[in-house]
Amino acid sequence: MREEEPTGTQAANSAGERLASDNPTTQVPRRVTRRGLLAAAAASAGGAVLARVSAEAQAPTSRAAQGAASPAQATGAPPAAGAFDIASVPADPTRAPGPPTSALGARSPFETPARTPIGVTSGASLTPLHQLSGTLTPSDLVFERHHAGVALLDPARYELLIHGLVERPTVFSLDDLHRLPSVTRTCFLECSGNGRSAYKTPKREMTPQIVDGMTSSGEWTGVPLALLLHEVGVRRGASWLRVEGGDASRLARSVPLEKALDDAMIAYAFNGEALRPANGYPARLLLPGYEGNANIKWIRRIELADGPGMFRDETSKYTDPLANGTARQFSLVMDVKSIITAPAYPGRVTPNVWTQITGLAWSGRGRIARVDVSADGGASWLVAELQDPVMPLAHTRFRLSWQWDGKPTVLMSRAVDETGAIQPTFAEFRSKRGAGTDYHYSYIRSWAVEPDGQVFFRVDA
Amino acid sequence: MTTALAVALLGACDRGPLADRAARTQRTLGGGRLPPDVHAAPAPPERFGLGRPATAAEIAAVDRDVTPDGHGLPPGKGTPTQGAAVFAAKCAACHGPAGEGQVGAPPAGYAAAPKLVGRDPRDGFPFGQDPKLVKTVGNYWPYATTVFDYVRRAMPVTAPGTLTNDETYAVVAYLLAQNEIIDRNAVLDSATLAAVKMPARDKFVPDDRKGGAGFR
Repeated sequence: MREEEPTGTQAANSAGERLASDNPTTQVPRRVTRRGLLAAAAASAGGAVLARVSAEAQAPTSRAAQGAASPAQATGAPPAAGAFDIASVPADPTRAPGPPTSALGARSPFETPARTPIGVTSGASLTPLHQLSGTLTPSDLVFERHHAGVALLDPARYELLIHGLVERPTVFSLDDLHRLPSVTRTCFLECSGNGRSAYKTPKREMTPQIVDGMTSSGEWTGVPLALLLHEVGVRRGASWLRVEGGDASRLARSVPLEKALDDAMIAYAFNGEALRPANGYPARLLLPGYEGNANIKWIRRIELADGPGMFRDETSKYTDPLANGTARQFSLVMDVKSIITAPAYPGRVTPNVWTQITGLAWSGRGRIARVDVSADGGASWLVAELQDPVMPLAHTRFRLSWQWDGKPTVLMSRAVDETGAIQPTFAEFRSKRGAGTDYHYSYIRSWAVEPDGQVFFRVDA
Repeated sequence: MTTALAVALLGACDRGPLADRAARTQRTLGGGRLPPDVHAAPAPPERFGLGRPATAAEIAAVDRDVTPDGHGLPPGKGTPTQGAAVFAAKCAACHGPAGEGQVGAPPAGYAAAPKLVGRDPRDGFPFGQDPKLVKTVGNYWPYATTVFDYVRRAMPVTAPGTLTNDETYAVVAYLLAQNEIIDRNAVLDSATLAAVKMPARDKFVPDDRKGGAGFR
């Protein structure tokens, strides 16, 4: 289990430690920031900014306070180049010029979203879903899942070999890839192990990051794989691609030719810049809607073949044992799924005040058609508003305005995709897949609201 | 995928993956109302011809996949006894002296090394029902060739690619013997390894999820 992702205990402890690092000396700047954000929210027609303010206001200890307790400040070290410093925030920013331009944009020192856990060579770090707005994941917060650490590649020495059942075995340099017609699209990328610790070792002190933080979404640019295959000429009899990464695990997966000719991409950029090393620099396979593991990072080789390679990560791993005594293999498409990101642990709600329930929905089979939200434990459902444009195979933001009546309750979200697939309940999921199943944990997530307004992850049983 | 489908897809590919994009661009031109010095872009070439031909030697140097039909298995051989020595020297520190799984703490940043040995349960395949069952080479891996492929690909975790072919055959032989799949006196080579049938071989089924109503 630890092979695939951090245990709930590790991750929850990490979040708990950050929460414990409140610092009362930051009260004044924190209030200043809130006013600024609230003003921005009031001026904004969109709901996204409101969601962030709402989540922050509801947190038992604010993220702004955590920011003040950063290691650099605690040790007296100067802030990193380009970074801002809470101590430099003036009482009245209209009375003196601020800092000049810088090479790289730094976050407000009051905002400290972070992946967790860090220091993992074989395993994952998770995207802080509850600290994000909208639908795109900032590049430095995209989740990581490595099998032998981050491979560091020199772009000048990068080569992609395509061989096997092809007319012209070919080596493409990174320059070659850049010269070919590019395509840009937005889609999510999710590890199929996402949600494992919430299913197998649930704890009510789990944040959306800990529950489902192995999904990220953004804008990818690269070369359509169909174009590269056309360049090399696929020979009759080829039906699968055997793909290999250039990391120390030489991670290998098999991909149906049908997918490769449909919408697969050799991606070299994300969110407008070159891929980050942790996400496959200088080039990776992108298979929109497919489980993350098959989207081979640091891609170095594709062999066209007449069948799958039956590599470790499509036999002993990334296969799904089922309740009926079999294991599903090549379960590549990600099921329809959603999660409320606020209110959620560690947030809290205030009675008889309007707030919004918001979160993310996505499906590996197309567009999100509808998201239902329940504020009574699934007894009744309301249709949430979806943020346009709703793109296929991409994170979709949903929201619903809501007033808590002060009584304990359970919040749930249930997504439906354009094929009509709907998220199952926990009970249905467990009866079909089994208590011991693995991967593709797509059941409805629930959040319990306690009498004092504190929100916890609801442990299903 | 069926052969018929593959052929149909290849047909689509032959028309060129850029055909749709070119047609879309043409449609946006607005039907001949271009200024006199602006013209529609010419159709893209049938092939761009980028990249360089790969040589057989360079393909052979990196194509080290081993697949269930025995493809890719190198010359060499090994026995469980020889493998026990290799395992003790290069694997046991993480996987345990007898392949029972991580002993002590894994190296910083690494996941616990999985248990490799164990045939329980001998009857059925109740991994879906029982969350406490631990998957091993003996009770879950469907192909012996995958063990060879993975060991050569990624093990030992801190020095992948350092085992010789004979050492790799020997370690695989040791693991298969520990799992009571081959005899302790067996010799593994390219022919005997490809012939091994794993206990879980027939437990794997293709993906039957399709979307739409009805959760599977």
